[in-house]
Amino acid sequence: MSSGGNGFFDLPSDLQHSYAGLIGVHLEESLIPVAIGLAVSLPLAQACVRFRWLYPPVLWITTILYAIPSIAFFVFLIDYTGDSATTVIIPLTVYSLVILLPSIVDGVRSVPPETLAAAEAMGFNSFQRYFQVELPMAVPAIFAGLRVATVSSISLVSVGTIIGNQGGLGNLLGDALAYHRSNLAVTSVVSIAVLGVVMDLLLIGLRTLLTPWMPRGRKAARRAGLAAAVEPDGPARAESAARLEGAAK
Amino acid sequence: MNIFHFINVFFSDNAHWHGYAGIPHRLEEHLGYTFEALAIAAVIALPIGLITGHTGRGGNALALVATAGRALPSYGLLVLMFFWLGIGLVPVMIPLVALAVPPMLVTSYEAIRTVDPAPVDAARGMGMGPVAVLFQVEVPASLPLILSGFRSAAIQVVSTAAIAATVSLGRYIVDGLYQRNYATVVGGATLIALLALAMVGLIWLVERVVVSPGVRRSN
Repeated sequence: MSSGGNGFFDLPSDLQHSYAGLIGVHLEESLIPVAIGLAVSLPLAQACVRFRWLYPPVLWITTILYAIPSIAFFVFLIDYTGDSATTVIIPLTVYSLVILLPSIVDGVRSVPPETLAAAEAMGFNSFQRYFQVELPMAVPAIFAGLRVATVSSISLVSVGTIIGNQGGLGNLLGDALAYHRSNLAVTSVVSIAVLGVVMDLLLIGLRTLLTPWMPRGRKAARRAGLAAAVEPDGPARAESAARLEGAAK
Repeated sequence: MNIFHFINVFFSDNAHWHGYAGIPHRLEEHLGYTFEALAIAAVIALPIGLITGHTGRGGNALALVATAGRALPSYGLLVLMFFWLGIGLVPVMIPLVALAVPPMLVTSYEAIRTVDPAPVDAARGMGMGPVAVLFQVEVPASLPLILSGFRSAAIQVVSTAAIAATVSLGRYIVDGLYQRNYATVVGGATLIALLALAMVGLIWLVERVVVSPGVRRSN
């Protein structure tokens, strides 16, 4: 890779990272928030399921936090966390939490009462019941949230370039403007979009591995769709799909 | 030195309430961009969502488009459009419309597709054509969900219009950032967050007015 060239992958030296290095930084800054968000929202969602009065105020607070634009969030944090990756990671963690929490609550709530009763009859305590029944049954819903959170986190990291070199692949945008090289912007946008789609596909694969009981393939999916039409939980499913769409910024 | 101090400094400064860079003018710009982007996105997304939802076909393609749309970084798109189209209305509109289309598309598809099949069958049995079934049964029944897609899109567009910093309330954030003037940054962010919540309220009002009382859900 020659420096000072004008190709799509001739990166200016002020980036201090190779292309692969930028991808690494980008993944770090986008996936750590999703992981923390998941770690926080699992117990929080469990608390919201157990104490129903807790859910509406928690949802309201998260909605308000979600309405704060990412750039404002970043800039405000500079005062406390400096020009560091933490400044990007904290807001993205909050956004991930906002997306994940409702999907986990919906997922755990949608476990049929007969299933829970069966687990109880088999002598499961509440701890076993949560980890062996409720959580696995909620995996499809959790992954629906995880996919949206991951893709939107990957696309949002790029805003970090505005606060100074903290945007991963988005830093290419800052340099594109500084050196007036539009091809760097193309590289940035295409790389981020591809990264998002690839991570989405990986999550779909992981979900398939984690839910061996789910119907596979076209025919099975159609049969499952038919079963859903006979026994419709349609509005609830559409409602959670709609909420998930409150996702990408 | 806390948020409320900054908010107080920003909003009590008289200079922020007048002229081209004043709050009323910036608010008007921000709202203009938001409504325009939402309107364009609705014109694109609604017909596709309604038709695919009605026929039940193309769900996978739709999910693919939504994921791809979500993966596109709005700020990156803005920078790219700035290179290709220069400064103006269109380069700002494209990222905002790209942002608003996926939620509208997916929710309107899901909303129509998951309408209770019983009334749809009844309407067909009464001799309604596909257009009548769609607009007299399916759309009214799924209006709350379709509007929730609008709500998601509105929150995102309001908060992302901030990156279009040559205009809109985002100007406060970017100017404040370069001047290290946190009162301006926090003030701008507060205005945008309030505006996003106001949009949620507005759509709630629209829902109260246009959704048939029989359909309106109790929660």
